Amino acid sequence: MANTIVLQVARYRPEVETEPVMQDYDVPLRDDWSILDGLNHVKDQLDGTLSYRWSCRMGICGSCGMTVNGEPKLTCATFLTDYAPGPVRVEPLQNFPVIRDLVVELGDFMRKLPQVNPWLVREEELPVSHGEYLQTPDEVDEYKQFSMCINCMLCYAACPVYGLDPEFMGPAAIALAQRYNLDSRDQGSPERLEVMIEPEGLWGCTFVGECTRVCPKDVDPAGAIQRYKLTAATTTLKRLVFPRGAR
Amino acid sequence: MSNRASYTEFHPRWYRRPISTWWWLGKWTYLAFILRELSSIFVAWFVIFMLLLVRAIGQGDAEYQRFLDRVDHPLVVLLNLVALAFVIFHMVTWFHLTPQAMVVRVGGRRVRPRLIAASQYIAWLVVSVFVLWLLVGG
Repeated sequence: MANTIVLQVARYRPEVETEPVMQDYDVPLRDDWSILDGLNHVKDQLDGTLSYRWSCRMGICGSCGMTVNGEPKLTCATFLTDYAPGPVRVEPLQNFPVIRDLVVELGDFMRKLPQVNPWLVREEELPVSHGEYLQTPDEVDEYKQFSMCINCMLCYAACPVYGLDPEFMGPAAIALAQRYNLDSRDQGSPERLEVMIEPEGLWGCTFVGECTRVCPKDVDPAGAIQRYKLTAATTTLKRLVFPRGAR
Repeated sequence: MSNRASYTEFHPRWYRRPISTWWWLGKWTYLAFILRELSSIFVAWFVIFMLLLVRAIGQGDAEYQRFLDRVDHPLVVLLNLVALAFVIFHMVTWFHLTPQAMVVRVGGRRVRPRLIAASQYIAWLVVSVFVLWLLVGG
């Protein structure tokens, strides 16, 4: 078995190129090296001009999402040996504008996320003397899966609806809204629903399911969105039948 | 520097990748997405056909027979077959979606998603057998 593997890396240097070009780098093929380790080897040893984002190297920070052989992946959790003998194509995440090389612009998500109030909303805060808001293990289980999201944007890169209509709120933002809706301490679901029932909210999703398939943390955004749709539909129906008492 | 007018250090020129016309051929899930979008035309046809059929039945035997004669054309049959295939496709999508949209609890425990999907297929089978019995045996 060869002890090196070729990384084909998308380069985009706006001061030089008008569109990305591919550049090949030979990196050592080691059992314990992820794609990110390969990129770090390039940066440290071969070509210091390569730009990409990374931080924790352990699937927590959500910075190193890239397109590996056409699939959105966390590069710290994707191993070079799985792609042997290579080459491995590494490109920036789909559906986002590219700033430089493998770095994409995430401002769109950053603007959308606060619209769903991704924090605990209380109608009235209890005094500190009341102590913590307690939850049973079952109540934690209700939302825990959706709280595992690390905002890595792989789901946005995999979602064709977001690719075609960037106004769509997108999988992670909706899953995070649902995470707080399902939290027994939260009382903000009516406000979130107002955002979600807009055309670019929930209903843009047509259950393609790719978001769930690519999610490195098993959050299942597609499932969250379908559950949310059911809630939205029943609430709308209740408002129609009981215009005064539904809320 | 003059040829770099659109790029400055603090406002980089972003590259927006064009989406290929054939992007949806790359993955089955993407193809299924586009097929579902396209199917709306055939599902609309299916609904119109059913409404016309019900209307013909409502207007008596002669009108019903005339309707049947009119639609007894290979092209209409083909169109109806395509529409049926798309409606079944939608139904299967819906059956797979339901367990994700509904959290059913029995005795405090969450019912397994496969069981919810299976119950729908069983209900479909029962209804189909009943309709078949109505048509053939009833």
